[in-house]
Amino acid sequence: MRNLAALVFVGGLAFLLLVIFNQFDFAQAPMVVGQGILMDAPDRVGAANIVTAVVLGYRGIDTLGEISILFAASAAAGLVLGRRRTDARRDPPGGFILRSGVALLFPLMLVVGFYIILHGHLTPGGGFQGGVILAAAFFLPLLARPETPVNHAGLSIVEGGAGAVFILTGLAALLQGGEFLQPLLDNGVLGELVSAGTLPLLYLAVGLKVGAELAGLMARLADVEVDEP
Amino acid sequence: MIWVVALIVIMMLVAAVTVLLVRNHIAAVAAASLVSLLLSVLFALLRAPDVAMTEAAVGAGLSSVILALALRRLGLGRVKDA
Repeated sequence: MRNLAALVFVGGLAFLLLVIFNQFDFAQAPMVVGQGILMDAPDRVGAANIVTAVVLGYRGIDTLGEISILFAASAAAGLVLGRRRTDARRDPPGGFILRSGVALLFPLMLVVGFYIILHGHLTPGGGFQGGVILAAAFFLPLLARPETPVNHAGLSIVEGGAGAVFILTGLAALLQGGEFLQPLLDNGVLGELVSAGTLPLLYLAVGLKVGAELAGLMARLADVEVDEP
Repeated sequence: MIWVVALIVIMMLVAAVTVLLVRNHIAAVAAASLVSLLLSVLFALLRAPDVAMTEAAVGAGLSSVILALALRRLGLGRVKDA
Protein backbone atom coordinates (compact mmCIF):
# COMPACT_ATOMS: atom_id res chain seq x y z
CA MET A 1 0.00 0.00 0.00
CA ARG A 2 2.76 2.41 0.92
CA ASN A 3 4.70 1.45 -2.20
CA LEU A 4 1.62 2.10 -4.30
CA ALA A 5 1.20 5.55 -2.75
CA ALA A 6 4.86 6.33 -3.42
CA LEU A 7 4.47 5.15 -7.03
CA VAL A 8 1.40 7.35 -7.56
CA PHE A 9 3.25 10.30 -6.03
CA VAL A 10 6.31 9.83 -8.25
CA GLY A 11 4.11 9.42 -11.30
CA GLY A 12 2.23 12.63 -10.52
CA LEU A 13 5.50 14.48 -9.98
CA ALA A 14 6.89 13.24 -13.31
CA PHE A 15 3.66 14.30 -15.05
CA LEU A 16 3.88 17.76 -13.50
CA LEU A 17 7.52 18.15 -14.55
CA LEU A 18 6.69 17.05 -18.10
CA VAL A 19 3.88 19.60 -18.27
CA ILE A 20 6.22 22.34 -17.03
CA PHE A 21 8.90 21.29 -19.53
CA ASN A 22 6.38 21.48 -22.36
CA GLN A 23 5.56 25.05 -21.45
CA PHE A 24 9.10 26.29 -22.12
CA ASP A 25 10.55 27.11 -25.48
CA PHE A 26 14.04 25.74 -25.17
CA ALA A 27 17.03 27.74 -26.39
CA GLN A 28 14.98 30.90 -25.96
CA ALA A 29 15.46 33.16 -23.01
CA PRO A 30 12.11 33.08 -21.22
CA MET A 31 12.85 36.30 -19.36
CA VAL A 32 14.22 39.59 -20.57
CA VAL A 33 15.62 40.63 -17.17
CA GLY A 34 19.01 39.06 -17.88
CA GLN A 35 19.35 40.76 -21.23
CA GLY A 36 18.20 44.04 -19.75
CA ILE A 37 20.88 43.82 -17.04
CA LEU A 38 23.54 42.93 -19.62
CA MET A 39 22.68 46.05 -21.63
CA ASP A 40 22.23 48.30 -18.63
CA ALA A 41 24.93 47.26 -16.14
CA PRO A 42 28.21 48.61 -17.60
CA ASP A 43 26.92 52.19 -17.89
CA ARG A 44 24.73 52.22 -14.82
CA VAL A 45 26.86 50.44 -12.21
CA GLY A 46 30.30 50.77 -13.80
CA ALA A 47 31.55 47.29 -12.88
CA ALA A 48 33.44 45.44 -15.60
CA ASN A 49 32.38 42.12 -14.04
CA ILE A 50 28.64 41.99 -14.58
CA VAL A 51 28.20 39.22 -12.03
CA THR A 52 29.42 41.65 -9.37
CA ALA A 53 27.10 44.33 -10.69
CA VAL A 54 24.20 41.92 -10.15
CA VAL A 55 25.37 40.55 -6.79
CA LEU A 56 26.05 43.92 -5.16
CA GLY A 57 24.24 46.46 -7.31
CA TYR A 58 20.96 44.98 -8.49
CA ARG A 59 20.59 42.30 -5.80
CA GLY A 60 22.46 43.82 -2.88
CA ILE A 61 19.82 42.87 -0.35
CA ASP A 62 20.18 39.20 -1.38
CA THR A 63 23.86 39.43 -0.55
CA LEU A 64 22.98 40.94 2.82
CA GLY A 65 20.71 37.94 3.39
CA GLU A 66 23.48 35.55 2.41
CA ILE A 67 26.00 37.01 4.82
CA SER A 68 23.34 37.03 7.56
CA ILE A 69 22.71 33.31 6.98
CA LEU A 70 26.44 32.65 7.10
CA PHE A 71 26.69 34.64 10.33
CA ALA A 72 23.82 32.69 11.91
CA ALA A 73 25.34 29.37 10.81
CA SER A 74 28.81 30.13 12.14
CA ALA A 75 27.40 31.54 15.40
CA ALA A 76 25.34 28.37 15.91
CA ALA A 77 28.34 26.17 15.15
CA GLY A 78 30.43 28.13 17.64
CA LEU A 79 27.71 27.73 20.23
CA VAL A 80 27.42 23.97 19.70
CA LEU A 81 31.16 23.32 19.57
CA GLY A 82 31.73 25.30 22.74
CA ARG A 83 34.98 25.54 24.61
CA ARG A 84 37.63 22.93 25.23
CA ARG A 85 38.98 21.99 28.65
CA THR A 86 42.05 24.09 29.30
CA ASP A 87 44.06 21.11 30.56
CA ALA A 88 43.25 18.85 27.60
CA ARG A 89 46.06 17.62 25.36
CA ARG A 90 46.54 19.02 21.88
CA ASP A 91 47.78 17.41 18.70
CA PRO A 92 51.55 17.28 18.25
CA PRO A 93 52.96 19.83 15.79
CA GLY A 94 53.17 18.87 12.15
CA GLY A 95 56.28 17.57 10.48
CA PHE A 96 58.97 19.55 8.70
CA ILE A 97 57.36 19.38 5.25
CA LEU A 98 53.99 20.59 6.54
CA ARG A 99 55.56 23.49 8.46
CA SER A 100 57.76 24.57 5.53
CA GLY A 101 54.86 24.25 3.11
CA VAL A 102 52.67 26.41 5.33
CA ALA A 103 55.40 29.06 5.62
CA LEU A 104 55.65 29.09 1.82
CA LEU A 105 51.91 29.08 1.10
CA PHE A 106 50.64 31.48 3.75
CA PRO A 107 51.80 34.80 2.19
CA LEU A 108 50.91 33.55 -1.29
CA MET A 109 47.36 32.72 -0.26
CA LEU A 110 46.97 36.07 1.51
CA VAL A 111 47.98 37.90 -1.67
CA VAL A 112 45.69 35.77 -3.85
CA GLY A 113 42.77 36.19 -1.46
CA PHE A 114 43.06 39.98 -1.25
CA TYR A 115 43.64 40.19 -5.02
CA ILE A 116 40.44 38.28 -5.70
CA ILE A 117 38.47 40.43 -3.25
CA LEU A 118 39.83 43.79 -4.46
CA HIS A 119 39.46 42.92 -8.15
CA GLY A 120 35.97 41.49 -7.66
CA HIS A 121 34.37 44.26 -9.71
CA LEU A 122 36.85 43.80 -12.58
CA THR A 123 37.63 40.12 -12.95
CA PRO A 124 35.82 36.91 -11.92
CA GLY A 125 35.77 36.38 -8.20
CA GLY A 126 34.83 38.59 -5.31
CA GLY A 127 34.18 38.73 -1.62
CA PHE A 128 32.90 35.21 -1.09
CA GLN A 129 35.62 33.40 -3.04
CA GLY A 130 38.42 35.61 -1.73
CA GLY A 131 37.07 35.36 1.81
CA VAL A 132 37.17 31.57 1.68
CA ILE A 133 40.77 31.70 0.45
CA LEU A 134 41.68 34.10 3.29
CA ALA A 135 40.05 31.76 5.81
CA ALA A 136 42.03 28.82 4.40
CA ALA A 137 45.23 30.89 4.58
CA PHE A 138 44.67 31.66 8.26
CA PHE A 139 43.76 28.04 8.98
CA LEU A 140 47.04 26.70 7.55
CA PRO A 141 49.33 27.80 10.44
CA LEU A 142 46.90 26.15 12.83
CA LEU A 143 47.29 22.90 10.90
CA ALA A 144 51.08 23.02 11.21
CA ARG A 145 51.17 24.15 14.85
CA PRO A 146 47.99 23.20 16.71
CA GLU A 147 49.14 24.99 19.86
CA THR A 148 49.02 28.41 18.12
CA PRO A 149 46.58 30.57 20.10
CA VAL A 150 43.56 31.77 18.08
CA ASN A 151 42.32 35.28 18.74
CA HIS A 152 38.58 34.62 18.57
CA ALA A 153 37.76 38.05 20.02
CA GLY A 154 39.73 39.74 17.24
CA LEU A 155 38.00 37.63 14.61
CA SER A 156 34.62 38.61 16.06
CA ILE A 157 35.57 42.30 15.92
CA VAL A 158 36.65 42.02 12.25
CA GLU A 159 33.45 40.12 11.45
CA GLY A 160 31.12 42.53 13.21
CA GLY A 161 32.91 45.59 11.87
CA ALA A 162 32.74 44.32 8.30
CA GLY A 163 29.05 43.54 8.65
CA ALA A 164 28.43 47.00 10.12
CA VAL A 165 30.31 48.63 7.21
CA PHE A 166 28.09 46.74 4.74
CA ILE A 167 24.87 47.83 6.41
CA LEU A 168 26.08 51.42 7.01
CA THR A 169 26.93 51.73 3.30
CA GLY A 170 23.39 50.67 2.54
CA LEU A 171 21.97 53.15 5.04
CA ALA A 172 24.15 55.93 3.63
CA ALA A 173 22.48 55.40 0.25
CA LEU A 174 19.12 55.69 2.02
CA LEU A 175 20.22 59.00 3.59
CA GLN A 176 21.22 60.35 0.19
CA GLY A 177 17.71 59.75 -1.04
CA GLY A 178 18.32 56.52 -2.96
CA GLU A 179 17.27 52.95 -2.31
CA PHE A 180 18.85 50.75 0.37
CA LEU A 181 22.31 49.51 -0.80
CA GLN A 182 22.17 51.59 -3.99
CA PRO A 183 25.78 52.12 -5.18
CA LEU A 184 27.05 55.56 -4.26
CA LEU A 185 29.95 57.70 -5.51
CA ASP A 186 31.12 58.06 -9.09
CA ASN A 187 31.20 55.12 -11.46
CA GLY A 188 34.67 56.13 -12.64
CA VAL A 189 36.30 54.66 -15.72
CA LEU A 190 35.09 51.16 -16.60
CA GLY A 191 37.80 48.61 -15.85
CA GLU A 192 39.96 50.66 -13.49
CA LEU A 193 40.73 49.52 -9.95
CA VAL A 194 38.99 52.52 -8.35
CA SER A 195 35.67 52.43 -10.16
CA ALA A 196 32.10 51.23 -9.72
CA GLY A 197 31.45 53.51 -6.74
CA THR A 198 31.00 51.71 -3.43
CA LEU A 199 31.05 48.20 -4.89
CA PRO A 200 34.73 47.47 -4.05
CA LEU A 201 34.14 48.68 -0.49
CA LEU A 202 31.11 46.41 -0.13
CA TYR A 203 33.04 43.44 -1.52
CA LEU A 204 35.96 44.12 0.84
CA ALA A 205 33.47 44.08 3.74
CA VAL A 206 31.94 40.82 2.49
CA GLY A 207 35.38 39.25 2.02
CA LEU A 208 36.63 40.17 5.49
CA LYS A 209 33.39 39.02 7.09
CA VAL A 210 33.34 35.66 5.29
CA GLY A 211 37.06 35.14 5.95
CA ALA A 212 36.82 35.92 9.67
CA GLU A 213 33.71 33.78 10.14
CA LEU A 214 35.04 30.72 8.35
CA ALA A 215 38.49 30.99 9.92
CA GLY A 216 36.87 31.08 13.36
CA LEU A 217 34.62 28.16 12.47
CA MET A 218 37.52 26.01 11.24
CA ALA A 219 39.67 26.93 14.23
CA ARG A 220 36.87 25.86 16.58
CA LEU A 221 36.30 22.62 14.68
CA ALA A 222 40.00 21.77 14.67
CA ASP A 223 40.40 22.49 18.39
CA VAL A 224 39.71 18.97 19.61
CA GLU A 225 40.59 17.47 22.93
CA VAL A 226 43.04 14.69 22.18
CA ASP A 227 42.67 11.56 24.31
CA GLU A 228 45.56 10.24 26.35
CA PRO A 229 47.57 7.83 24.22
CA MET B 1 36.38 20.10 -26.49
CA ILE B 2 33.62 17.49 -26.32
CA TRP B 3 36.19 14.79 -25.51
CA VAL B 4 37.65 16.84 -22.70
CA VAL B 5 34.18 17.35 -21.25
CA ALA B 6 33.38 13.64 -21.65
CA LEU B 7 36.63 12.70 -19.90
CA ILE B 8 35.90 15.07 -17.03
CA VAL B 9 32.35 13.75 -16.64
CA ILE B 10 33.57 10.14 -16.60
CA MET B 11 36.19 11.00 -13.98
CA MET B 12 33.53 12.75 -11.92
CA LEU B 13 31.27 9.70 -12.09
CA VAL B 14 34.13 7.39 -11.09
CA ALA B 15 35.00 9.65 -8.15
CA ALA B 16 31.35 9.87 -7.08
CA VAL B 17 30.97 6.08 -7.11
CA THR B 18 34.25 5.81 -5.20
CA VAL B 19 32.71 7.92 -2.43
CA LEU B 20 30.03 5.28 -1.97
CA LEU B 21 32.26 2.23 -2.23
CA VAL B 22 35.41 3.15 -0.35
CA ARG B 23 35.47 2.08 3.31
CA ASN B 24 37.86 4.71 4.61
CA HIS B 25 36.01 7.89 5.60
CA ILE B 26 38.88 10.26 4.84
CA ALA B 27 39.29 8.70 1.40
CA ALA B 28 35.57 9.24 0.78
CA VAL B 29 35.94 12.92 1.70
CA ALA B 30 38.91 13.22 -0.66
CA ALA B 31 36.92 11.61 -3.48
CA ALA B 32 33.97 13.97 -2.86
CA SER B 33 36.41 16.86 -3.02
CA LEU B 34 37.68 15.51 -6.35
CA VAL B 35 34.13 15.58 -7.73
CA SER B 36 33.86 19.27 -6.83
CA LEU B 37 37.29 20.04 -8.28
CA LEU B 38 36.41 18.42 -11.62
CA LEU B 39 33.06 20.19 -11.60
CA SER B 40 34.87 23.50 -11.20
CA VAL B 41 37.02 22.66 -14.26
CA LEU B 42 33.78 21.95 -16.11
CA PHE B 43 32.35 25.32 -15.04
CA ALA B 44 35.53 27.03 -16.25
CA LEU B 45 35.19 25.29 -19.62
CA LEU B 46 31.57 26.44 -19.81
CA ARG B 47 32.83 30.03 -19.37
CA ALA B 48 31.44 30.57 -15.90
CA PRO B 49 34.65 31.56 -14.11
CA ASP B 50 32.84 33.06 -11.12
CA VAL B 51 30.98 29.84 -10.43
CA ALA B 52 34.13 27.81 -11.08
CA MET B 53 36.05 29.83 -8.52
CA THR B 54 33.31 29.43 -5.92
CA GLU B 55 33.06 25.71 -6.57
CA ALA B 56 36.83 25.25 -6.26
CA ALA B 57 37.12 27.34 -3.08
CA VAL B 58 33.97 26.27 -1.28
CA GLY B 59 33.10 22.87 -2.76
CA ALA B 60 36.54 21.38 -3.18
CA GLY B 61 38.40 23.22 -0.43
CA LEU B 62 36.33 24.43 2.47
CA SER B 63 33.59 21.81 2.66
CA SER B 64 36.13 18.97 2.48
CA VAL B 65 38.16 20.54 5.29
CA ILE B 66 35.03 20.94 7.41
CA LEU B 67 33.96 17.35 6.70
CA ALA B 68 37.42 16.04 7.55
CA LEU B 69 37.56 18.06 10.78
CA ALA B 70 34.09 16.82 11.75
CA LEU B 71 35.19 13.22 11.09
CA ARG B 72 38.20 13.77 13.33
CA ARG B 73 35.92 15.12 16.08
CA LEU B 74 33.81 11.99 15.81
CA GLY B 75 36.89 9.78 15.98
CA LEU B 76 36.38 8.42 12.47
CA GLY B 77 39.34 10.22 10.93
CA ARG B 78 41.90 7.45 11.20
CA VAL B 79 43.98 7.14 8.06
CA LYS B 80 44.58 3.42 8.63
CA ASP B 81 41.84 1.19 7.30
CA ALA B 82 39.67 -0.25 10.02
